[in-house]
Amino acid sequence: MMALENIVIQQGAFRLEDINLHVPTGAYAVLMGKTGCGKTTLLELFCGLRKAASGNVILRGEDVTRLPPGARSIGYVPQDHVLFPRMTVAEQLGFAPKIQKWKKEDIRQRVAELSERLGIQHLLDRTPQFLSGGESQRVALGRALAVRPSILCLDEPLSALDEDTHDDLMNLLKSLQESEDLTLFHITHSRREADRLATQRIELTDGTLQSEETHHVD
Amino acid sequence: MILALLLSLTLRGVFRPGEMLGFLNSPPIRYALALSLGSSALTAVLSVVFAVPIGYFMSRFRFPGKAFIDALLDIPIVLPPMVVGLGLLLFFMTPIGKGIEEHVRVTNAIPSVVLAQLTVAAAFAVRMMRSVFERVDPRLEQVALTLGCSRGQAFFQVILPEVAPGMLAAWSLSWARAIGEFGPVLLFAGATRYRTEVLPSTIYLELAIGNLNGALAVSLLMVAVSFIVLMLIRAGGGMRGAMG
Repeated sequence: MMALENIVIQQGAFRLEDINLHVPTGAYAVLMGKTGCGKTTLLELFCGLRKAASGNVILRGEDVTRLPPGARSIGYVPQDHVLFPRMTVAEQLGFAPKIQKWKKEDIRQRVAELSERLGIQHLLDRTPQFLSGGESQRVALGRALAVRPSILCLDEPLSALDEDTHDDLMNLLKSLQESEDLTLFHITHSRREADRLATQRIELTDGTLQSEETHHVD
Repeated sequence: MILALLLSLTLRGVFRPGEMLGFLNSPPIRYALALSLGSSALTAVLSVVFAVPIGYFMSRFRFPGKAFIDALLDIPIVLPPMVVGLGLLLFFMTPIGKGIEEHVRVTNAIPSVVLAQLTVAAAFAVRMMRSVFERVDPRLEQVALTLGCSRGQAFFQVILPEVAPGMLAAWSLSWARAIGEFGPVLLFAGATRYRTEVLPSTIYLELAIGNLNGALAVSLLMVAVSFIVLMLIRAGGGMRGAMG
């Protein structure tokens, strides 16, 4: 599960207060709201990339408010994917396991497994400048999932993709949620994405969160 | 332009290649060349060593007094070179400077050449590295942090490879600045033969005694050496990588 308790955020003139949110384990939460309303701020709060003025961040039942990002076991896919420009796809996928000191053989196996799962085996030797938008998105997903986090945060992951690629990736996200046993927190402006993916829809309007569980039908 | 100059000087009998080669092969000039190359290379390395953390810090963090520190870092760029040399000279007359000299001989020795070059060259390197870091997406570090990196790991494993071409460019800019540095070196280190004489000092000294042919020989040597070194760096992709 993921939760925010009594969060207050202050960034210059921008302020969010009394933010409470609960996303149950296994949910696909989709957060929507106008540009600049603070959606990315909330996502970064979960990832540990931003500090709240007060309040608590809870992940898997544990208060992680003071934990650094790397200690939160959370996958993060930022807007525009932000792949490491000088690393090959294989190096991007193996980056987190290498940092977390996995054995070389385990890293090799995980890279092979992920690349097959994401359909990017043929791209392993390429660097990001030779990838299309959809391919980059798959690599960013693989990089975030490499050390098997149980929570995945996605910041507008499907924007600027053509319709077919968009549909393929929505299907991939849904199947990854099941195969990797994930709880997802996904920011989007697309009602279509929310309708297709969400089991929990969250709206951030004028600093207030409204959450609604939906019954998703495939 | 250089060819036109050489042609004109040959016609006037100033440019005498045989005599020049003999002059360049003389022990004092060979010493000045070695000192120029060695001190400039060391200065450039030290400049990058200073410029990487300072440039990173200035590009990534906001803090009170940042504008003041920023201006302070640029002072060696805008100060007249003689003032930089005089400043160094005066510093080594203070108790702190004298304290340093008790442990390491600086003035009128090779360290003074490096220090005079470094004072100016490092400012250029800092300016360059700052703009290089500003062009690197800070979200790369954020992603690295979420993947389990400490801040240090994110810097060394993700950011440093990104700015490596910029570091090479900063090195070459500092080197080019250092090898041509004259004012601060002359004032602070002097131009003692077989000790602190570098190629720009040689040009000045040879001109002072009316040896135009010798000054021209050293000038051409500096042009050739600078051209070769910068071409080698360009071939390695340093300048292009940093300048985009």
